[in-house]
Amino acid sequence: MANGTIAAVPQTAEVNFYNVRTKHKGILSWLLTIDHKRIGIMYLFAVVFFFLVAMTIGVFMRLEMLTPGETFMKPQTYNSLFTLHGVIMIFLFIIPAVPAVFGNFFLPIQLGAQDVQFPKLNLLSWYLYVIGAVLALTSLFSGGGIMDTGWTFYVPYSIRTTTNVSLSVFAAFVLGFATILTGLNFITTIHRLRCPGMTWFRMPLFAWALYATSWIQVLATPVIGITLILIILERAFGIGIFDPALGGDPLLYQHMFWIYSHPAVYIMILPAMGVVSEIIPTFSKKTIFGYVPIAISSLAIALVGYLVWGHHMFSSGISDTSRVIFSLLTFFVALPSGIKIFNWVATLYKGSIEVTAPMLYVLLFIFIFSIGGLTGLVLGALNTDLHLTDTYFVVAHFHYVMFGGMGIIFFAALHYWFPKMFGKMYNEKVAKTAAVWIGIGFNMLYFPMFIMGYLGMPRRYYDYLPEFQKYHVFATVGSWVLVSGIIIMYINLAIALKRGKKAPDNPWGGTTLEWKTSSPPIMENFKEIPTVTTGPYDHSITESQEVKK
Amino acid sequence: MENNHHTEEQNDGHIAEAHHPSYGINILVWIGLLSLTAITVAVAGINLGSLALTVALVIALVKSMFVINFFMHLKFDNKVFKIFLGICMITFIVVMILTFFDLTFRI
Repeated sequence: MANGTIAAVPQTAEVNFYNVRTKHKGILSWLLTIDHKRIGIMYLFAVVFFFLVAMTIGVFMRLEMLTPGETFMKPQTYNSLFTLHGVIMIFLFIIPAVPAVFGNFFLPIQLGAQDVQFPKLNLLSWYLYVIGAVLALTSLFSGGGIMDTGWTFYVPYSIRTTTNVSLSVFAAFVLGFATILTGLNFITTIHRLRCPGMTWFRMPLFAWALYATSWIQVLATPVIGITLILIILERAFGIGIFDPALGGDPLLYQHMFWIYSHPAVYIMILPAMGVVSEIIPTFSKKTIFGYVPIAISSLAIALVGYLVWGHHMFSSGISDTSRVIFSLLTFFVALPSGIKIFNWVATLYKGSIEVTAPMLYVLLFIFIFSIGGLTGLVLGALNTDLHLTDTYFVVAHFHYVMFGGMGIIFFAALHYWFPKMFGKMYNEKVAKTAAVWIGIGFNMLYFPMFIMGYLGMPRRYYDYLPEFQKYHVFATVGSWVLVSGIIIMYINLAIALKRGKKAPDNPWGGTTLEWKTSSPPIMENFKEIPTVTTGPYDHSITESQEVKK
Repeated sequence: MENNHHTEEQNDGHIAEAHHPSYGINILVWIGLLSLTAITVAVAGINLGSLALTVALVIALVKSMFVINFFMHLKFDNKVFKIFLGICMITFIVVMILTFFDLTFRI
């Protein structure tokens, strides 16, 4: 693929990438494409499908918790469902969603490039993702049945259970390769394919966030790959690495699992933070406050986030020395996150705020993520963690950070970039109504879990004491409200896809390069490779970037 | 080892062919690796107590540096790749140290 910094671009007329003539026709023009935009769209439909599957499982789990004891499923089914919900949401939705969908589609365009550095590798990543997903689904109907270990696959139970753990963890292993290759592609693209004038500190903050994320993907994911393979070897050959009965150390598994899985939390949230940094200046009509601190804080989160995995193991029996060290380091990671939040709020200050659907989701994110982040500090403190560990408080915190953070921003990004990706506008009023509905449902569903957890309701339990029922009923009703909002949102977007009004090239008044090209973009993204002369969020001179459509 | 011409080539993203090590150097590195393997085996027979793991890791580190620098050509490559490797190495070392804060002090 041609280097993005070369000025001459082969012309395929002014046809957008959906309609451009390619070597293959029909479905093959998608399955064999190496165009980053088409690959991004393929990821989009895949991750939305898996999100809806995992969401449905979540609704069933909440229904079961409506009453104490058996409501409509057996305990083993419940164990399998919470495992499935976690595995699908984490590995098939949250990790790939923002980088693989919006990163693929928009990173090259925001850098003024024609594609990612390795387009064929990009397609291979998508196939690995699909193969991993197929393996995960196959594991449900083969071997000893649906895995019941929870998404953390903790030993020694994952070694001993007769459910189909080996195939499931192998699926996660394959999915890991998709993540690594995407990370590698993005790092190289950012280093090599920035257009003329696009210095590091003129890059959009979404690109900065993807850069930090990609480093975590490349450095941390191999650790989980090795760990998961060791589980398979342990189950198949009893090699005695993790199994205490054979002289192994189960805490070593937890270390290795969280060495990946805690940084993975930042793989999930950093790209979402990048999206926030794009949306806020656009709808505040203002240059972002503290560009450099926000950019550097992404790297700082990636760095410090690597050093705090032990806080998942405070009650597991690790040494007191390491508990104190990990607790201290955990408090440090709150600093760069706080820097971002304060800079976003400072950007809003005295801005011409336009409360559109994407902006509404971002405001919702700031509210929800702040609660999620602050409750994380409660769990990062040793004494309070011992009281709250393995309770619903952790479930609430995790959903406030992950769903409230990454999930809500996935919806924001979908609304923000929908006109550019599909060339259609959606019904703004319905989109805003759905956002409000989602916000109410979200807090109804998850906030009672903080209270339940504080009162001692353990997580992953099928049954509970009668005094918890009122909270469970409230949360279950909340899940109905939340799901209604999500369904309204997707139906609104589906209708827009079918018969939405044609989107202009720059419907929001954005200043980054994706808004300087057509909606949807042409195959090579730009008629001529742009030359950048200012920072990415300069609303005072929006036309100063010398770009020709 | 480097001159301006080669630096420009590297900046253009091309592998500088002229910088490939000679057969003689490759053979020397190979002999060095075999010797270090022999040392690893020999040291494994000595009771070094808690130092055994450190010694094995240090020897492995030296061996990997030989492989990365000569067989994988990092020594002759662009500076940015050296920085990348440095980041990976530092991350690995920090992760090991933090893990050993548990193992060493566990009751």
